[in-house]
Amino acid sequence: MRFGIVVFPGTWSDTDCYHAVTEVLNQDAQYIWHQESNIRDIDCLVLPGGFSYGDYLRTGAIARFSPVMSAIKKFANDGGLVIGICNGFQILCEAQLLPGVLIRNDDLRFRCEWTNLKIENNGTKFTSRASQKELIKVPISHGEGNYYADSKTIDTLNNNGQVVFRYCSPSGQIDAESNPNGSIENIAGIVNDQGNVMGMMPHPERCCEEIIGGTDGRIIFESMIDSVP
Amino acid sequence: MPVSKEILDEIALKQEEYDEIVRRLGREPNSVELGMFGALWSEHCGYKHSKQLLRTFPSESPYLLTAPGQENAGAIDIGDGLSAVIKVESHNHPSAIEPYQGAATGVGGIVRDILAMGARPIALMNSLRFGPLSEQQNRHLFNGVVSGISGYGNCIGVPDIGGEIAFAPSYSGNPLVNALCLGIVRSNEMVRAIASTPGNILLLAGAETGRDGIHGASGLASRTFEEDIELRPTVQVGNPFMEKILIEACLEVVKANLLEGLQDLGAAGLTSSIVEATTKGGTGFKLDVALVPRRESGMSPYEIMLSESQERMLLIVSPENVTTVTNIMEKWDIPCTAIGEVTGDGIARIFEGSNPVGAVPGGMLTHPPIYEVFGDKPNSIAELQNYDLKSLPTPADAPYDILLKLLASPNITSKEFVYRQYDHQVQTNTVLPPGTADAAVVRIKGSDKGLALSSDCNGRIGYLDPFVGGALAVAEACRNVSCTGATPVAITDCLNFGNPEKPDVAYQMVESVRGMVEACNSLNVPVVSGNVSLYNETKGTVIYPTPVVCALGLIDDVNKAVSSGFRNEGDSVFLLGSDVVSADVNYLAGSEYLEIVHGLVAGQPSIDLGLEVKLQSCCRSLVENQVVNSAHDCSEGGLAVALAESSIIGNLGFSGSIGNRDHWAPSLFGEQPSRVVVSVSKDKTHQFKDICYVSNTPFVWLGTVTSGEFSISGIIDGSLSEISSAWKTGLSIALGE
Repeated sequence: MRFGIVVFPGTWSDTDCYHAVTEVLNQDAQYIWHQESNIRDIDCLVLPGGFSYGDYLRTGAIARFSPVMSAIKKFANDGGLVIGICNGFQILCEAQLLPGVLIRNDDLRFRCEWTNLKIENNGTKFTSRASQKELIKVPISHGEGNYYADSKTIDTLNNNGQVVFRYCSPSGQIDAESNPNGSIENIAGIVNDQGNVMGMMPHPERCCEEIIGGTDGRIIFESMIDSVP
Repeated sequence: MPVSKEILDEIALKQEEYDEIVRRLGREPNSVELGMFGALWSEHCGYKHSKQLLRTFPSESPYLLTAPGQENAGAIDIGDGLSAVIKVESHNHPSAIEPYQGAATGVGGIVRDILAMGARPIALMNSLRFGPLSEQQNRHLFNGVVSGISGYGNCIGVPDIGGEIAFAPSYSGNPLVNALCLGIVRSNEMVRAIASTPGNILLLAGAETGRDGIHGASGLASRTFEEDIELRPTVQVGNPFMEKILIEACLEVVKANLLEGLQDLGAAGLTSSIVEATTKGGTGFKLDVALVPRRESGMSPYEIMLSESQERMLLIVSPENVTTVTNIMEKWDIPCTAIGEVTGDGIARIFEGSNPVGAVPGGMLTHPPIYEVFGDKPNSIAELQNYDLKSLPTPADAPYDILLKLLASPNITSKEFVYRQYDHQVQTNTVLPPGTADAAVVRIKGSDKGLALSSDCNGRIGYLDPFVGGALAVAEACRNVSCTGATPVAITDCLNFGNPEKPDVAYQMVESVRGMVEACNSLNVPVVSGNVSLYNETKGTVIYPTPVVCALGLIDDVNKAVSSGFRNEGDSVFLLGSDVVSADVNYLAGSEYLEIVHGLVAGQPSIDLGLEVKLQSCCRSLVENQVVNSAHDCSEGGLAVALAESSIIGNLGFSGSIGNRDHWAPSLFGEQPSRVVVSVSKDKTHQFKDICYVSNTPFVWLGTVTSGEFSISGIIDGSLSEISSAWKTGLSIALGE
C-alpha cells in the first residue's frame, strides 16, 4: 500500500509518519509538497502534525488555502482514505472535511504526555484491527486539541458512530480527570459520515515501536492497510 | 573626535579600550566602526575575561572533529560516518527582562548554532535557575521562561528531552536560562563557518532585519543591572515558523553540497557573523547595508550592522551556485539576498550604496584585549566552610516528614509540570524521556546506537567551594550519563558568574574552572564547546557560581539503556560507590537538607575523583552486561531521596536498612557524591558482585524492592502513595497552581 504524506511548511511529523509506515510497517510512502495540485497513485493520505505556516492565526487556518487542499478534498470526495493527525486533524476541520473545531487546551498550556484512549467504534477503516471498547495508549502533543462542536453535531457524531476515540482512565473510565484538554465528551478522534476521513489529536506514529514506549499506534495504520484491497 | 562616556557606556567599552582602538587604527573610529568594535569586543563575543581560563580546558580526544572555539559548536565522531554536534548557550540577561522572548530566542539561537554546522537538530535541553517561587516576580519569570521554551521549541519540531531546574535566592531577578542543542550530521557533509575564497558571495537568508536586539551582546549581556533602565528593546523577538523552514531549507542546501561556509547570525548580528567567518578564512569582505532586507524604514548602517533580529543565516556561496541556492530558499518561501562578497584584503568594508561607511581590518575586531582574572578567597566563605556541622540541633520533625518535605522541595520535586509543556517525543527517537532516567537517551535511527544527555550544576556547593562545585558538575553530568549505560564522550559548558572584575567573583571563576579541568582530566572527557555569561548580578546580589555542565554519552546498544526507576518487586537494592552508608555529618555540607531543615548553606563539600572514575566505569559495565535493572545517582536530598525517586519512577516500593539509626540525618540526607543506587535481579547478584570487584568499586546491600511500602528499618515507615504524592505535586504547590 502506498501512503502519501502531505508536507506543509512548518509540518514536523512528516518524517515520523514516513518512518512508521515504511521502516516499521513495510509499506510504500512518498511526501506530497503543499504546492502539489495532483495526487496520483496514492492509497492513503496522511496529514501529519506540526505548525503549518506557523499557525499564528489559528491552527490550520492558513493551510486550508494551500494548493494541495483542493486535491485532498477531491481525493477524499472520491472515497480515498485520509487520516489527519494533530495539526492534520485541525486542518481537516478548518477545511470542513470534518465537523467541529479544535480550540486551545482548557488549561491554556501545551501538553505532551501519554493518554489512554477507548476505541468507541471498531467498525471503521481505521480501527478494524481493534476489538470494540479496546483501550490503547497513544501520546498527545498539542496546545490546541480541545475538540468543540455544537450539541447537534455531537449528537450526530454519537448516533452515527463517528466518535472513534475518547480519552479515558487506565481502566477505561471516560471522566474529566482523564481529559487532557477539555474536549467535549473526551473526544480524541472522529471520522466523517462516509467513513473514509478520520482526524485524531493523539499521535499513532509515535507509538509503533517498543523502544520508544509502545506499539498501540500500529493498530490504526494496520487497520488502514487492511482496508485497501 | 573624542567619544563621550555615554556612548562608551552604551556599548560597554572602557576608555582604555577605546584608546586601544584608536591606537590600533591610527585614527578615531567612526560610529559604525565603533559599534562593530563594541559588539566584538564585548564580553559576550570577545571572551575578554574568560579566554585565559577556557584555554585550560582539555580538548584532546581522538573523536573530536573541531578545534575549540573555532566553530559554532563542537563535533564528535560517533561512528558509522556520523557526527554528534553539541553546544549550550546562555540567554540569561534577555530572559531577566522579557522572559518569554528571552527564553524563546535562546532556543532559536542555539538551534542555529547547530544548524550552522550542517547538522539536523535532534534534541534540546534547558538548564534553568530562578529565585524562590514564593516571590511573585520569580513565578512570573519562571512561567514566562517555560512558556517561551515551549512556544518556540514545540513549533520547530525538535524534542526537548529534559534538563534541570534549580532555585536559590541568589537567582532572584537574575534567572539563568541556558539552552542546549544536539545535532547529527554525516561527517562528510559537515559545514564550517568560514569564508576563505575571495569572490564568493555573501547570501543573507531568513527573516528581515529590524531594530530589535541592538546592543544585545554589548549592552545587555556584558553588564550588570544596577539601574532600572528600560532595556526591553535590546531583547529580540522570535519567529519559530521561520526557524523551522530555515532549518529545512539550509539542510537541503547542505545536502546538495552548495556551500563554502554557513554561519548563524546571533549576538552582534551581521557584524560578528561575517567578521568571524572571513577572519577565520584569512579574508575580508565588502558589504552593502542598502541590500539588506529590512522590516522597518530609516535604519542606519549602524543599526543594520548591529541588529540581532532572529532567524537569519549567512551562506557563503561561490558565484555559480548562487542561483541554485536561492531557488531552494524560494521553494521554502525564505527571502535570500546577496548582500556582499568575500575579498582578499582582510578588511571589513561596509558601504551604504556606493558610500563607504566603515573599513576596519577584520583581525583587529576579533582580537579584543584579553584580561587575566585574579581572585581572592573571601573570608566569609572560609567561615561558612568551617561551620561546625556537629553542633546542629536534632530536628523537631521525624525523618519521614523531612523526607516528604524534601521530595516536595522545588529543587527535588518532579518537573513534569514543566516538561509536559515541551514536546519531548517528536522525531520518534526518545528512548528515555524526561523524568525516567538520570540522563535522557535518544536513539540514532538506522543503527543500534544511542546518545545520552545530562546537564548538571549545584550552585550551592559551588558557592561553598567553587573548586568542588566545578569538579562535581562535571562528575555528576558524566555520572548521570554513565547511569544509563552510556560512555561520556564530550562536555559542553555554560559558565555563569557575576562581575569578573570583582575579586571574589574572579576567585569563583578561577576555582570553578580548575575543578572542572581536574574532573575532565580524571574522567578523560574533552570540553568541545561552550559559552560564558558574566555580570549575572542584580543590585549587588551575585549569583552562585554556576558552571553548568552538559555531558554527552554514547551507548552502543540503546536497547540496553537503563532508567532510574525500580523495575521488579523482589530485586535487591545496592548502594554503589561506598561499602557503608556513611553517617559522617560533613556530608551534610551544602545539602538540600541543611537548607530546608536548618536554613543553612554551610560546610566544606568534597569529592574523590578517583572513586568517581571507578564508579562510573562500573556502572557502564553493569548496564552493558545487563546486570542492573535500574540505576540512579544520589545527589540533592541524598540516599533517602534517591531511593524514593527510584520507587516513585518505577511505581514500586522499597524496604531495607541503612545501619546507623542514631545519626540518621547524614545517612539519609547527606550528599556524599559518587554514589549510585542500583537494583539487581536475585539471580544476577553474583554477577553484580563480580563486576564490582573487578572494577574495584565498593558497594553495600540496602534492601529489597517491594510492591508499595516504603520503609527504612526503624527510621521510616511510609508508603509509595505518600512519597509519590509529595514528589509529584511539589512544583504545582510551590507555584500556587
